[in-house]
Amino acid sequence: MADTRDDRRTFLKVAGASVLGAAAVPAVIAGASSDADKPAGKQWAMVIDVQRCLRDQGCTKCFDACHQTHNVPDISKRVPPQMLAKRIIKWIWKEHYEGAFPEQQHEYMRQSLHGAQVPVLCNHCANPPCVRVCPTQATWKRESDGIVMMDMHRCIGCRYCVVACPYGSRSFNWITPWPRPFEEHGTPPNMKYPTRTKGVVEKCNFCAERLAESLRTGGPYVPACVEACPTRAMTFGDVSDPGSDVRRLLEARYTIRRKPGLGTRPQIYYIV
Amino acid sequence: MSDRSKIFAGIAVFLVLVLFPVWYNLANGKAGYRPEVVKPKTGKCVMDTEYMLTRHMELLNQWRDEYVRQSDVMHKSPDGKQYVKSLSNTCLDCHDNKAEFCDRCHNYAGVNPYCWDCHVIRKGR
Repeated sequence: MADTRDDRRTFLKVAGASVLGAAAVPAVIAGASSDADKPAGKQWAMVIDVQRCLRDQGCTKCFDACHQTHNVPDISKRVPPQMLAKRIIKWIWKEHYEGAFPEQQHEYMRQSLHGAQVPVLCNHCANPPCVRVCPTQATWKRESDGIVMMDMHRCIGCRYCVVACPYGSRSFNWITPWPRPFEEHGTPPNMKYPTRTKGVVEKCNFCAERLAESLRTGGPYVPACVEACPTRAMTFGDVSDPGSDVRRLLEARYTIRRKPGLGTRPQIYYIV
Repeated sequence: MSDRSKIFAGIAVFLVLVLFPVWYNLANGKAGYRPEVVKPKTGKCVMDTEYMLTRHMELLNQWRDEYVRQSDVMHKSPDGKQYVKSLSNTCLDCHDNKAEFCDRCHNYAGVNPYCWDCHVIRKGR
């Protein structure tokens, strides 16, 4: 009889502990998920004020500056026109509002946004799908500052990342982007930055080479597009720093991100 | 047995043909040929000459990995000077004639490094 009582007591203890444990699970999950949406460490980010950008719809200064700095080739004269849309190389470009924000538009939204040309680039996602699919780790999320980096030496041109990126931010080099000698094909590239070969994928790197230079010389770190913007529509900074310009803007204005439902947590924020 | 002379003649012809580069260069007095590279007149290299001569490719690979993957940008030379780890912007600043410096040796050794497919050369392309 004594054994039976002991068994019952043990059973009740275990059952009670299990119930308490199960009750604690939702609280633990809730605590974890509220932190999960914030980037862990330093994270460079950008806020783009669309209304400021719209002051000059024809402006191309940001992508001119970017593409010149990074030797992004203009292949428009070297591929058939019907192929251009698929083969174009671009790091930053303009997308019409409805295309950039398909889930965040409706027919009665403010008139200025209908068909508005919005600058888009790599979102340097906090949860980047391109990084997850890369079989060679040629693209990775840099832990020190959250930039989604690209190692052209290691890229095998499989294009998984191109498919995985929901923003079309990655371009594949279908043709040799910079045939040598340069004199026969127009102006030579920026000598301070490498070119690419046929068969690698490229994308915006948040001007990581400028960051390296600024860390070395102690100068300011501003990406080329931000520097070139005449209406100062782009603001750049560390989103994990509560005192940064980016955070001040995010606090002051309501912002949206591209395709938020996909869970990629983009780090380009838009004031619309 | 009667084929012995034919076999030896065949081997001799084979050796003469196969060793053509050797005896041709010997006959021309070029047996000790080493490519003559045009060295920069001033400046000191990031490592000593002996090391660079035999292991510059290892150093460049190491630079590449450290710069690109670990954001480790600066190289410290044995004499304590700091250099940016860059083929186009550090090496080629002094070695500004690729055709007469890099290519001469690479052609002699029969190697074809693909660095130049992307990394831009200022002159002597």
